[in-house]
Amino acid sequence: MRPGTKLAVVAVAALVVVGARTTGPLGALALVPGGVVLLAALAGHTRVGTPAAVMAGMLRRLALPLLVLAAYQTLSRGPVQGLEVLLDLSGLVLLAGLVTVTTPMDRMLDTMAAAVTPLRRVPGLRAHLHPDRVALTFALALRSVDVLWDVALQARDAARARGRGRDVRALVTPTVIRAVAHARATGDALAARGLVD
Amino acid sequence: MALVGANGSGKSTLLRCLNALAAPTSGRVLLDLPGGDGRLDPARSPSRARSLVGFVFTDPDAQVVMPTPAEDVALSLRRLRLPRAERDARVHTALAHVGLAERADVPVHDLSSGQRQLLAIAAVLATGPGLLVLDEPTTLLDRRNTRLVRATVEQVQVPVVLATHDLDLAASCERVLVVDHGRVVADGLPEPTLATYRDLMDAP
Repeated sequence: MRPGTKLAVVAVAALVVVGARTTGPLGALALVPGGVVLLAALAGHTRVGTPAAVMAGMLRRLALPLLVLAAYQTLSRGPVQGLEVLLDLSGLVLLAGLVTVTTPMDRMLDTMAAAVTPLRRVPGLRAHLHPDRVALTFALALRSVDVLWDVALQARDAARARGRGRDVRALVTPTVIRAVAHARATGDALAARGLVD
Repeated sequence: MALVGANGSGKSTLLRCLNALAAPTSGRVLLDLPGGDGRLDPARSPSRARSLVGFVFTDPDAQVVMPTPAEDVALSLRRLRLPRAERDARVHTALAHVGLAERADVPVHDLSSGQRQLLAIAAVLATGPGLLVLDEPTTLLDRRNTRLVRATVEQVQVPVVLATHDLDLAASCERVLVVDHGRVVADGLPEPTLATYRDLMDAP
């Protein structure tokens, strides 16, 4: 399957699961699309041989915001809505992960650049829109999830070593600082490679 | 050529002037490299300078941005708009040069620090720069990985300028500059120049 087709499938799946709300006329039946997407993603990963640890890693990195959102929905709207959030987001995360594990990054960059290129016909955008840089931004965004996770783990270990493992500020502040430093260093490296100005 | 000096002496700033990552506050930097069009001022032509000067930073994790070694080297070649077959061939050649051909498709996470630094070097060399600049390339590496990187750099066929605290690495270069408080205070053959550096560092 071509990368563009895979991305289109993910986009359509996202529209369907977001559009089907349990608070709407479908009620609890609106859980079905999210469940289908989740099962399809799991089946796809199984078919291509994605290790269970890798799939778990995809969800683990987003576990905290996922659980916070689900808890909020459960408390404010009820358990069905909380379950809906869990199913929808877990399924979409795994489906997007399936695309990344089955698509070489350079093919993904080619697809993203091609998808953005028609926008250069929009008046005023031609001089400012660089398709290759948009595609590179996408690739960096994917990589940044792992980078931020590693930075946060190191900040947590450092906080624990100082006996401040429960101090949110001791965790968040160095994470933010190191993330910004990493972003600046990455920008310098990309500029040195001639990929950005 | 090696640049040695204390932390904050200006080594990295001097190197960054070579590919317009930094601009000199006074004076000019001029590059006269094979493949260039005569003398080039990086501050006036940063894109051209960056196409001629390959730059390797201290931390490989900030330089390696793609999931696998092959994809990261291929990223460097995208701006050259090469046919896919030629691009793949150059990727393989670059990785083979640094001993990573067998690991072209493994996740970058599975590489050691030294291998990631070698990958950063490969990604830079793949574009055929006229000058290779390395900013403390072995500072974060253990002795074994330092030897790997050093052996790779010694085989490079283009001029090399590197900043380093590794005096053995500096001694293997043809010329050494000592940088102190933003100025070059010694310039010459490794042995006498490094002696000057040691005296500078040992001074009270």
